[in-house]
Amino acid sequence: MKLSAKSSTLLVLVVLILLSPVLFPSGYYYRVGALIFVNAIAVTGIVILTGYAGQISLGHAGFAGIGAYACALAPVHLGLHPSLALVLGAAISAVLAWLVGRPILRLKGYYLGVATLGFGILISMILNNERQLTGGPDGMEVPDLGLRGLLRDAGLDLTNGQFWYFFCGIVLIAAAWLALNLFNSPTGRALRALHGSEVAARTVGVDVARLKLQAFVISAVYASVSGSLLALQNKFITPDVAGFMHSIEMVTMAVLGGVGSVLGAIFGAAVLTLLPQVLTVFAEYEQLVLGLVMMLVMIFLPQGLLPSILRKVRGKDE
Amino acid sequence: MTALLSVEGLGITFGGLKAVNDVSFTVRPGEIVSVIGPNGAGKTTLFNMISGVYQPGRGRVVLNGEDVTGMAPHLLARRGMSRTFQNLQIFQSMTVLENAISGYHLKERGPVLADLFNLPSSRRRAAAAQAGARELLARVGLDRAAEREAGNLSYGALKRLEIARALALSPKILLLDEPAAGCNAVETEEIDHLIAEVAKSGVAILLVEHDMKMVMRISNHIVVLDHGEKIAEGDPASVSRNPAVIAAYLGTDAETEAAHADG
Repeated sequence: MKLSAKSSTLLVLVVLILLSPVLFPSGYYYRVGALIFVNAIAVTGIVILTGYAGQISLGHAGFAGIGAYACALAPVHLGLHPSLALVLGAAISAVLAWLVGRPILRLKGYYLGVATLGFGILISMILNNERQLTGGPDGMEVPDLGLRGLLRDAGLDLTNGQFWYFFCGIVLIAAAWLALNLFNSPTGRALRALHGSEVAARTVGVDVARLKLQAFVISAVYASVSGSLLALQNKFITPDVAGFMHSIEMVTMAVLGGVGSVLGAIFGAAVLTLLPQVLTVFAEYEQLVLGLVMMLVMIFLPQGLLPSILRKVRGKDE
Repeated sequence: MTALLSVEGLGITFGGLKAVNDVSFTVRPGEIVSVIGPNGAGKTTLFNMISGVYQPGRGRVVLNGEDVTGMAPHLLARRGMSRTFQNLQIFQSMTVLENAISGYHLKERGPVLADLFNLPSSRRRAAAAQAGARELLARVGLDRAAEREAGNLSYGALKRLEIARALALSPKILLLDEPAAGCNAVETEEIDHLIAEVAKSGVAILLVEHDMKMVMRISNHIVVLDHGEKIAEGDPASVSRNPAVIAAYLGTDAETEAAHADG
């Protein structure tokens, strides 16, 4: 039986997440893996917004910031459990994306990029300047999720690195599953249709404004969850999570791996998360090599790394 | 039978130029009405006003008794208006089947959360749309190409795909903007048959077309535009005899065609 694209993507993902630890030379790599998964969750959201619907956001780190600081602030000020704080952050991100997206998504192309950029910078500034609440640029502590302790009591003793590796891996699989469901669903088809031709999508009855807004809200929730997981994992958070560079990173990871496919984008997240680890040898030239790699990929493999590689493997007919 | 679509004194001005001025006509169910005129006569502009792409400056568009002047295209789609485009608007990176399914958007759409979680209700909606789309593709002779990426199809096939997508809405009125443009004789004839068949099923058809032979053959009624104004209307025979029409359009066109034939 031939596997559907969805099943094979999920299968590859599950196998990679389960088997990769065999190759880990030290416990440190669990941490790198968890970081890849956290980034990949946000990038999967970008795939929905940019890959499916063709809309560009340069401010999604703003939503990651909201998710991250929800986990830092809500347990202290509202007495919420950190897991509920994650949900609260996602809800705030969704509402905010809905409010901000309504006017912004009427804009096209680079206007949309600039408007979302402005939004990201706004969130980042608030986090930097509201010192009493957020601790400003010095950042603030984030309470423990407490799940690892529960697992230990239940007889499953994981190191901190192992716990976050598998926990974020599971969330990533769920995130990918939802995104893949969407791709072949009526909503996903309408999103891809408006990406292909807005005017034609309108004439078949697609409410373009509404659909774009839905994609924007969904991708904002992805970014928010990613930010929350980063905060909970590090037990500490700084406003950098909402910074401009983080927004650019998300888009770059998606485009580098192949923004049209979930697996490609996750691959992009892995490459761009790992590269700086490898490049520490070059220390000062890290940014330079990173920039060069991205330029070369865009020039020679404009569809992204993974789709280009797969095409080579399968032969030109595919 | 009463008019399904009535266009009343429609006009629009672009930078001081009256692109379309005071154009009126009606289309009844099952009727094929063609709009003809020389290049730049305002045919596509008229189409874009009727289908909600442009906001008309003057006049009214009445669909099924409801004033729909300047209404957004997706709302017109819900009211039974569907169209194709002069310069193809196909979803290139989607498969042929997905293009056809997207015509079922209004029937298959549902709560986004149901789609995200792939709930049975979402799968049912998608499956029904897919079954309908496959039937439609068979009807326009594209069933064998269903799984191919639309961008790889021939021009004539894409034209038929666009008509299939428009038919997926089960429209009451279908607007076709030069459906045979760029097609060879065989493809033109195929499209010809398809249009006649659709009209026979009771769908009102409004057509903009350059291929005069096709227009004369299939139209019940012809509206002639020149410089944005309606200069004549009537059945094919009377329009082709109308001196104003011959002067503005048929004459020059027939001459050039004759010259080409001789050369």
